[in-house]
Amino acid sequence: MSGLEFFVGHYAYWFVVALLVLGLYGMIVKRNFVKKLIGMTIFQVAVIIFFISSAVKKGATIPIADKAVGTAESGLYVNPLQHTLMLTAIVVGVATAGVGYALLVTIFRRFRTLNEPELMERMRREREAAEKQGNDA
Amino acid sequence: MPVETWLIFLLGFMILGSIVALEIRDILSSIVAVGVVGLALSIAFLFLQAPDLAVVQFLFEIFALIILVCAFVRKEFHALEPARASRWIFGFTLIGLAAILALSLKVFRLLPAFGRPLMEVSRHYLEHAAAETGAANVVTAVILDYRAFDTLGEITVLLTAILGTLTVLRTRARSGKGGDR
Repeated sequence: MSGLEFFVGHYAYWFVVALLVLGLYGMIVKRNFVKKLIGMTIFQVAVIIFFISSAVKKGATIPIADKAVGTAESGLYVNPLQHTLMLTAIVVGVATAGVGYALLVTIFRRFRTLNEPELMERMRREREAAEKQGNDA
Repeated sequence: MPVETWLIFLLGFMILGSIVALEIRDILSSIVAVGVVGLALSIAFLFLQAPDLAVVQFLFEIFALIILVCAFVRKEFHALEPARASRWIFGFTLIGLAAILALSLKVFRLLPAFGRPLMEVSRHYLEHAAAETGAANVVTAVILDYRAFDTLGEITVLLTAILGTLTVLRTRARSGKGGDR
């Protein structure tokens, strides 16, 4: 397989890798917790597109039985397995993001910030105050 | 325009939307940008021949966007400015991500080209689903019949997530100070 043929033949996957790397970058580099969760969402989107684009078939139709096509000729339908798996993955992804945002709301109510450095500073100050109180008593 | 042009346009649009979502300073705008990415994903599903997923993604994205905008519309939330990361973390991350890009080239060589999937397992489903389950849609046949326990597990995950969210949000409200409920 020549280089150009490989590059053009797999074109959807390059977009997937770009999204994957963007999501990882957001999760690692960004210091705001909302940005980290958004990075996680982008990562999930990339994984879902990867699976779905591995199911696409040229010249085929959606996996719903068509009287005009018939079910005996399976080559005329796209691959339905990735669709079912990713249906589950979308639901689980939304559930994960929901729990994440609920934790963020709790953190904000307690510390009044969602930036990592400020949060660390406030936690340290609170701990020192608690230790001082313990020494006094 | 042919389907492939639309697909490339949508995928490029999603990458642009993710960059905006990560780099914009206002948190509310960033949440709206990630909502736009999700909507573009649901349209991309139509071009990727997955109508069931397009409907589900559209539904979840709209609900998630409404709830998130309601939660983050308060001034104190979305005026937060994200802090800069240290230069070391930034450099190491860039090196690691470049390595991922380079390694993905090798991995994708093992995959069949886009548009020519492997059909070994799913051939059975496609040929027998209508006769065995009576469902015209093979995706629903697999979800609700062949892999019904998988769907049960998915519902369990959803229930656990709802319980976790309720627990996390309730303990603070009950203690009575600072909470707004």
